[in-house]
Amino acid sequence: MTSAALAFSDGAVIAKRNLIKIKRVPEILIWTLMSPIMFVLLFGYVFGGTIDIPGASYREYLIAGIFAQTVIFGSTFTGAGLAEDMTKGIIDRFRSLPMSRSAVLVGRTASDIVYNTASILVMSVTGFLIGWRIRTSLLEALGGFLLLLLFSYAFSWIMAYVGLRVTSVEVVNNASFMFIFPLTFVANTFVRSGDLPGPLKVFAEWNPVSAVSQAAREAFGNTGSSLPEVWSLQHPVAYTLIWVAIILAVFVPLSVRQYTKKS
Amino acid sequence: MTDMIRTAGLVKRYGKVVALDGLDLVVPKGTVLGLLGPNGAGKTTAVRILTTLLVPDEGTAEVAGLDVRAEPGMVRERIGLSGQTAAVDEHLTGYENLDMVGRLYHLGREKSRARARELLDQFDLEEAGNRPAKTYSGGMRRRLDLAAALVAEPDVLFLDEPTTGLDPRSRALMWETIQELVRGGATVLLTTQYMEEADRLADDIVVIDRGRMIAHGTSDELKTQLGGERVEVDLASSADIPAAMSILGGLSVGEVQVDEQTRRLTAAVTGGADVLRQVLQRLADKGISVVDVGLRRPTLDDVFLTLTGHAAEEVAEHPEDKGKESEPGASKTREKEAVR
Repeated sequence: MTSAALAFSDGAVIAKRNLIKIKRVPEILIWTLMSPIMFVLLFGYVFGGTIDIPGASYREYLIAGIFAQTVIFGSTFTGAGLAEDMTKGIIDRFRSLPMSRSAVLVGRTASDIVYNTASILVMSVTGFLIGWRIRTSLLEALGGFLLLLLFSYAFSWIMAYVGLRVTSVEVVNNASFMFIFPLTFVANTFVRSGDLPGPLKVFAEWNPVSAVSQAAREAFGNTGSSLPEVWSLQHPVAYTLIWVAIILAVFVPLSVRQYTKKS
Repeated sequence: MTDMIRTAGLVKRYGKVVALDGLDLVVPKGTVLGLLGPNGAGKTTAVRILTTLLVPDEGTAEVAGLDVRAEPGMVRERIGLSGQTAAVDEHLTGYENLDMVGRLYHLGREKSRARARELLDQFDLEEAGNRPAKTYSGGMRRRLDLAAALVAEPDVLFLDEPTTGLDPRSRALMWETIQELVRGGATVLLTTQYMEEADRLADDIVVIDRGRMIAHGTSDELKTQLGGERVEVDLASSADIPAAMSILGGLSVGEVQVDEQTRRLTAAVTGGADVLRQVLQRLADKGISVVDVGLRRPTLDDVFLTLTGHAAEEVAEHPEDKGKESEPGASKTREKEAVR
């Protein structure tokens, strides 16, 4: 078997193992799905009336941003899961087996797609209840969901690297909080990037989180009437895919190397 | 006979700490090597190098004829690892754990499942097989862990302190299980802090301290190296300790060891039962009353105590000198470690 095929089949075995844990301890999933619901309701009702988006309702505009933020936060699951694994004896078992050196990472990032899919589903239902509607076709909307999942998958490789670098689950959570919060707020997730002041505006316009939000928004038909002026937001799908490629090209080998050498 | 494990001059440093300081090991096929030493002696480091988890700084290591550095992937296909460095997934059932390991050894779906059932049966875990491993007792977990190491029927088995932390009953059970494997012709490297364990399970024993081999031989050879038996006398009163010490000292080949708390004196002797009679006679002459007295063959504890109570280098170079200038203080600390 080639090493890629081996990584895939061994990764599937590890992914199954991770999913069994969700089955055995469903509380983890239930509580992590509560926060997206909370976010949808909180932003929908607190900011819903105060922020004006020309040509669209703020609640509709908001949903894609919350989706983006939530799936990115979902990637901390990967980091925390790996950090936890590394502290346990099971990782020595894995290392002493003739399995692919990247299987633990491939399996972990793959099982987190399942988690992110569940959280998107929950948020969609919540959004629907407070008035969010897909104004395009179902197929286009699916494209938006796929792009969100793809971006979060790439992002989970960054968190995988973080999870392997730090020494405990708490550090992963705190470190990622410091990093993800500004990244997902200084973007067009909750406000239009054009409304932000000077340097923040530039950062927000080129922030890949803005691009993926914008792409999802277009896929759902929630953009409103004003058009963005920068290339990154005029071509949000292409810009997002470029970032996905860059992140994977950098963090997949980096994480695998870190996993291999850590002992 | 083929050697299944072979190391030469293994060195591993962690910063300034030297975990392994030139270790040479040879384990012929179908035999059990007991690697005996206190905490921090380098036992686990040796196992981690041989199981490809760690790269040595110097020296060579071969497992099943394969260089662990050059061909770690091939080595992993031939070995099984169990003990304190390996583990099971606590959220998975016993069956799921073994099935997963089988799949990762690439046995295929059918074979993995069959093997999982077979091992659960063999290790008396059939009923527990469908419960998550976190509900298992310590002994059951260790058995499952050992079963996981055997999934692919490895040529070489590494057991890193397989019974550390187990209660006496689980330990006895584990010993039986390992003895059965050994009878089946497995090649095993076993690390342990328990002399009794090495005595019972190993064909060959290597005593290591601070990353170096300080003694090597069968358990009988190690006992013979140290000379005769031990006379143990438990006194009724601590006031008699000095007098009893001088009596024993006159008949002993080494220094007399004293445990003040239990009022037990231990002396290495060569004359067997005659010496015991003399000891009793002289104690009676002085009017020293004795609670208990006995003559016993030296245990591996004695071997270990005497060996590591010394500067390791000296003992390694002059094994015949040991037992003569051992410091009671140093020995006592060692004893506590060994007991724990």
